[in-house]
Amino acid sequence: MILMVVEHANGKLSKSTYELAAAARHLDSDGGVAALVLGSGVAAVATEAAYLGDQVLVADRPELALYDAELWAAAVAQIAREGEASTILICASRGGREYSPRVAVKLDAPLLEDVFSLQLSEGTLQAERYTFLNRVTETIQAHAPAVVITVKPGAFAAATPASAAAEQFDVDIDLPARRLAVTGRTTDKSERISLTEAEIVVSGGRGVGTPEGFVELVEGLADQLGAAVGATRAVVDAGWRPYSEQVGQTGKTVQPKAYIAVGISGAVQHLSGMNKSKVIVAINKDADAPIFKIADYGIAGDVKEIVPAMLQELRK
Amino acid sequence: MRILTVIRQVPDAEESIKIKAGKVDLEGRKMVIDTMDEYGVEEALRLKESGAQAEIVVVAVGPARAEDALRTALAMGADRAVLVETDTALDPIALSSVVAQVAAKEQAELILCGGQQADWDSHALGAAIAERLGWPQATWTSALALSGATLTGKHDVDEGSETFTLSLPAVVTTQQGLNEPRYPTLPNIMRAKKKEIRRETLEAYGVTAKLKTVGVEIQVKERLKKILDGKDAQAAAVQLVRLLREEARVIA
Repeated sequence: MILMVVEHANGKLSKSTYELAAAARHLDSDGGVAALVLGSGVAAVATEAAYLGDQVLVADRPELALYDAELWAAAVAQIAREGEASTILICASRGGREYSPRVAVKLDAPLLEDVFSLQLSEGTLQAERYTFLNRVTETIQAHAPAVVITVKPGAFAAATPASAAAEQFDVDIDLPARRLAVTGRTTDKSERISLTEAEIVVSGGRGVGTPEGFVELVEGLADQLGAAVGATRAVVDAGWRPYSEQVGQTGKTVQPKAYIAVGISGAVQHLSGMNKSKVIVAINKDADAPIFKIADYGIAGDVKEIVPAMLQELRK
Repeated sequence: MRILTVIRQVPDAEESIKIKAGKVDLEGRKMVIDTMDEYGVEEALRLKESGAQAEIVVVAVGPARAEDALRTALAMGADRAVLVETDTALDPIALSSVVAQVAAKEQAELILCGGQQADWDSHALGAAIAERLGWPQATWTSALALSGATLTGKHDVDEGSETFTLSLPAVVTTQQGLNEPRYPTLPNIMRAKKKEIRRETLEAYGVTAKLKTVGVEIQVKERLKKILDGKDAQAAAVQLVRLLREEARVIA
């Protein structure tokens, strides 16, 4: 059995879950994909998941209303053990990457982390992933009765829902007590499309000059293009932009069709979050800036003159 | 109490990466403490400085050269170090078993480690250590305080951030913003030379790698590098928009 753990928010499956389902179907040979739904009041989510798996396992419990690494790990490991799952697929979101190691330890299983390709041949799973700040591609193999895998968002094309719904089963799980007590939460709110799902990302760095310059140039260009807004760590550290917009080693990793870097010189830590973008566009004053070495298109010049001129041209 | 901080020695981010004989070649590269692990060392020092009665033990599992990283952590102010020496490449899940055993032996109550490792690009180590010890975890922590046996802090999650409380023993992984690591002063560097580094061998821990690396390559995407001169901003902007529309076809 292949066990895939459904990720959901506000009563809907995440885009990554559809990609996870594609990975599950890719590995599956005998119609044995079970989709596991964890949460509270998740009937709608379970119904949606029924078009992705061959069966849906549902643990609808009040204790699961809020995500917790220990609760999730306990539930997933128990279901994997009882169902003798050979492969456990989890989205490589921050949460998924936080509880999956606990699942691997519980099952004494290898962990293939944040993979973007998967092959199964004669019982050996082979995967590719990036290492050394996204610069090296490593091919790794795991040969074990059970393997835990987290799948990189955007790596697989989303699965098409099946024409008929699979059967749903309620599952009984033993949950441990919650030990990390959450006392408050701040949710990132943005009217724009999310960074990791956007086809175009416009990012800004120190080179835009001021917080107002960022709004005018970077947000202006992003709004014109229907793009997401990204930022460098320097700009986030300076308090110009929220952390949720940070692209790079300690922020988000993006791989859009087009990444437009405005006033960004290109520190390795930033490049590691965007260097796999399909097309990279850079606008920067310094013609020798590292960002130009990985750019497809660009202008070496003053962003304060160039971006307004681009906006004018785009609005024509 | 005893605080364990786990560090890894990784190439300086500004160093270029090369492949030799099917492996990432680190020969001659400037090696440093992983930035995110360094936040852990610094945070342990700050907890101690803000009143926690603690001994800080810094642990590394890796080749002999990792001693340099341990000396740096000792020069920052850690009390002593443990080096489990090995040239075997262990994946984070296997490595977590070594660290958990060291933590048990040291009777540590708090373990600090990087939220992500700059060589593996992995988030797994902290959570895997916590699971092995049966401890809770707080990951991607950007603020932390200790009062008695209770930790309070703030950490990043997928949709934003949370504040939390957590009782020791626990594993905490770091995030940027947690602190600004100090530079070791010369007197402290001298003092660190006299601090203890206990050397152990990996064999004593009975750990085997769970993963096999069968290929390592640097896939460099050929970039077009069509960089226009922006002296005439208007003309360059018009041409760039045209290229993005008609050649790259990435905008409408």
